[in-house]
Amino acid sequence: MTVPHRRPRVDWGKYVTWAVLAWLFTPIVAMVAFSFNDITGRHNVRWEGVTLKWYGQAFAYPDLNAALLNTALVGGLTMLIAGTVGSLLGLALGRHRFHGQRATTLVMVAAVCAPEVVVGAALLSLFLTVNVATGLVTTVLAHVMFTVSFVAITVRARALTLDPRLEEAARDLGAGPWATLRLVTLPMLSPAIMAGGLLALALSVDDFIITTFVSGEMTTFPLWIWGATRLGIPPQVNVMGTLIFAVGGLLALTNALLARSRRAGRGL
Amino acid sequence: MDDHGAPSPRPARHSRRDLLRYSGLAAASTLAGCAIEGRTIEPVSPERYWAGRSRNGHLRFANWPLYMDPQRTPLTLFRQRTGITVDYDETIQDNASWFGRIRPLLAEGVDIGADLMVITNGLEFNRLKALGHLAPLDHELLSTYAQYGADRYKHTSYDPGNRFSVPYASGITGIAYHPDLVGREITSFDDLWDPAFAGRVGMLGSPQEIANVALLRNGVAPADSTPTDWENAAKALTRQRDRGIVRAYYQQDYIQPLTSGELWLSMAWSGDVFQQNTVEGANLRFVIPREGATIWTDNMVIPITAKNPVDAITLMDFLYTPEVAAELAEYITYVAPVPQAQRVVEERARAASAERRRSLQRLAQSPLVFPTERDYAQLHNYVPLPAGESQRFTSLFLAVTQA
Amino acid sequence: MRTARATPYLLVLPAWIWLAILFVMPLCGMLSVSLMTGNVIDGFTQTWHVATYADALARYWPQLLRSLGYGLCATVLCLVIGYPVAYWIAFRAGRHTSTYLLLLLLPFFVAQILRTISWRFVLGDNGVVLAPLKHIGLLPESAHILSTATAVIFGLAYTFLPFMVLPIYAVLRRIDHRVVEAARDLYAGRWATFGRVVVPMSLPGVFAGVLMVFVPTSADYVNAAVLGGTHTTMIGTIIHAQYLVTNTYPMAAALTFALLAALLLAIFGYARALGTERVMAVAAGRTP
Repeated sequence: MTVPHRRPRVDWGKYVTWAVLAWLFTPIVAMVAFSFNDITGRHNVRWEGVTLKWYGQAFAYPDLNAALLNTALVGGLTMLIAGTVGSLLGLALGRHRFHGQRATTLVMVAAVCAPEVVVGAALLSLFLTVNVATGLVTTVLAHVMFTVSFVAITVRARALTLDPRLEEAARDLGAGPWATLRLVTLPMLSPAIMAGGLLALALSVDDFIITTFVSGEMTTFPLWIWGATRLGIPPQVNVMGTLIFAVGGLLALTNALLARSRRAGRGL
Repeated sequence: MDDHGAPSPRPARHSRRDLLRYSGLAAASTLAGCAIEGRTIEPVSPERYWAGRSRNGHLRFANWPLYMDPQRTPLTLFRQRTGITVDYDETIQDNASWFGRIRPLLAEGVDIGADLMVITNGLEFNRLKALGHLAPLDHELLSTYAQYGADRYKHTSYDPGNRFSVPYASGITGIAYHPDLVGREITSFDDLWDPAFAGRVGMLGSPQEIANVALLRNGVAPADSTPTDWENAAKALTRQRDRGIVRAYYQQDYIQPLTSGELWLSMAWSGDVFQQNTVEGANLRFVIPREGATIWTDNMVIPITAKNPVDAITLMDFLYTPEVAAELAEYITYVAPVPQAQRVVEERARAASAERRRSLQRLAQSPLVFPTERDYAQLHNYVPLPAGESQRFTSLFLAVTQA
Repeated sequence: MRTARATPYLLVLPAWIWLAILFVMPLCGMLSVSLMTGNVIDGFTQTWHVATYADALARYWPQLLRSLGYGLCATVLCLVIGYPVAYWIAFRAGRHTSTYLLLLLLPFFVAQILRTISWRFVLGDNGVVLAPLKHIGLLPESAHILSTATAVIFGLAYTFLPFMVLPIYAVLRRIDHRVVEAARDLYAGRWATFGRVVVPMSLPGVFAGVLMVFVPTSADYVNAAVLGGTHTTMIGTIIHAQYLVTNTYPMAAALTFALLAALLLAIFGYARALGTERVMAVAAGRTP
């Protein structure tokens, strides 16, 4: 969607956005810098000079590597499931009237604000009562539970502003409910679905408290870091953080280049 | 919340109301029905516990991150010596959350996914013991411990006679400070109350840690303290806080503000300061104040639901072999529970060359890793808390740190 | 029309099942626990002890109020910072929209705990922010940001900013730009167009954003623990400690419900003040 510029003006919004991005990235810069810190021990807290050695030993802690993989796996699954389930819920809340709508909203809000430690403990008791072994599956179940509301709230906000006549038109033209959903509604909701899915992924990758309760013997990246603080966070943690960040940055760059090469790109 | 129970595509009024009623009933019965179980397991005698158990050739060890070198040298040696493989997991982040995680499992009497775990001699250890969740140790199987374990660990107030635990590593909580920022020698816990350092003092957030500092400052030995002493200690800490002397209460993360100079002096753990000074070249000073200091111990224990307890106790005992203990001490740099390890480190230093030799010598000579008898005489355990008193005690001190 | 009536139920069914089993059921269990008495050694039994709630409020109302206050400050901060960003990305970023969104979320993939710890380096008393200001004499030597309420609110806003930007973006993004153009022709002023057309149309997004920032910030405890000082404890920390350190499960559960109630009150007050009905009507009415 390109906007015809009427008058050449200073694009303040651009500067604000860049400033905010700079703010968001400030601690990351510090983290990246400390991944090059030439320390000899485990306490990565004082600047000692530049080295690349930690990159050579990036995978020196086997448990840390496993933790990272687990985080990626849980995050991916959570994004897919919570994205789907939450979008459907958000769509229903924004576009339809049904019994139990208020109650559903209430439960969603409660799920967003319930303190993680209590939710985590309550979930663990539940899994115990029904005799489910904790591990990857229970972690994904729990992550979907606490992220699904975020997706739904995002999608609902968008669905509220949808024009119902578009769907009616589709139906008049002979599309079934499924085809209407797939060909009309979902494409119009896609920015919100994408935003919601990314939020779910971000929340899952970041979660620490609920995960401690439901992950059983599985350790995730934040869990490992938290435990390591007692004896010092090794530079490998910063290296991992930097590598994850680099992969994300690469993705963003590819995206930008693709957008550039796609003349007059018009995403939905 | 209730019409939730009716995700029926045909919301006919009648059935919906019925469903509501049923779900209401169900909710009420769950509300009334359940309870959280406490002490249920009868105390088991070691003979009964160990009867008929044998080695399985495998065990699962739950430990804290960075509590063993990444190559897991001691475990490799263990496998070569005994043929037992170890599934080592750095899964314990802190005592409280670990206890929160395993308590429901142990209460149900199910496996917690570990046969051996490391836990500090604090509130959680006392609770596990009181709840009957720890396996009583069979000292027939702990001959190396009997021979090489330091005597002082054999009759502690928290586990006399090592009925349930043997130490993995200990640490000293004293004061660490910047000599140039503080500008004088720190000798007493009273210095943590000095208004001259307002906003520059770091305190630990754990109730047992700060309680000991305040008790010792007030001239009370933690082991003999009474509830009145606790209240006085809490009052002293509140005064210290409200005069703006304390900058913040830290969980485990005081070392960064301390090294950067934001804190001038702080309650600190010996191993952290040793790492900072000898490995990173910081110029911090660590003191055991004249009132004495706290020694805490991370203990190896076997959960009562362990699947491979014989393998677990075999590893426990194996870690007391002086060569293995030296290996652990070299990596952990906290207080080693095996005095003989000092000799091994010295021997290795003699055999090593240049850089490594110096670092091994520093380790062998450090009173922070191998305290002298005089140091030990000044060290106190945490306040021994009968299970019934712990709630009152912790509430008192949490009110200080969580205002 | 049979299928049409069933549609919403089919859409919500998966979420209902998920939330009913994994949230509502444990929540009922929690409600039950909040009414029990006992201790962790002897166990807890159901005694319908409602007094725990009164006790919880009497002891911890300062922390509860403080949490809501911090949450409110952080939310306002996020709205003020986040709205222009969402607006610019939605209307002006052109084909780079998805790149900017990705950049916005990128920091999340570095664990929050690591980012919060990094802030301690950046904001340190002699860190890159304060040291130059102190050097040129703008700030006294003793000035510090860390261990203060400012640092906590700042950290909260930092952590949850994307939760404000994304929903506002998602709504703005689908506003037909011809409407804005038409409005500009009618009102002629940029600000009038913005105030009378764009803002009302984006209100559902703002509502969602405020919800998703205010609620988790008020219940957060990591920022207070890492960036806070001696009198900055939030209710999340208290609940955490009651649960894990003292093992007073009924108190922890009662505090949880007190927090839930306070948040729901605040949210419904806000919804009423804003008039959700109006928000929806405006949004629906103005869409072409």
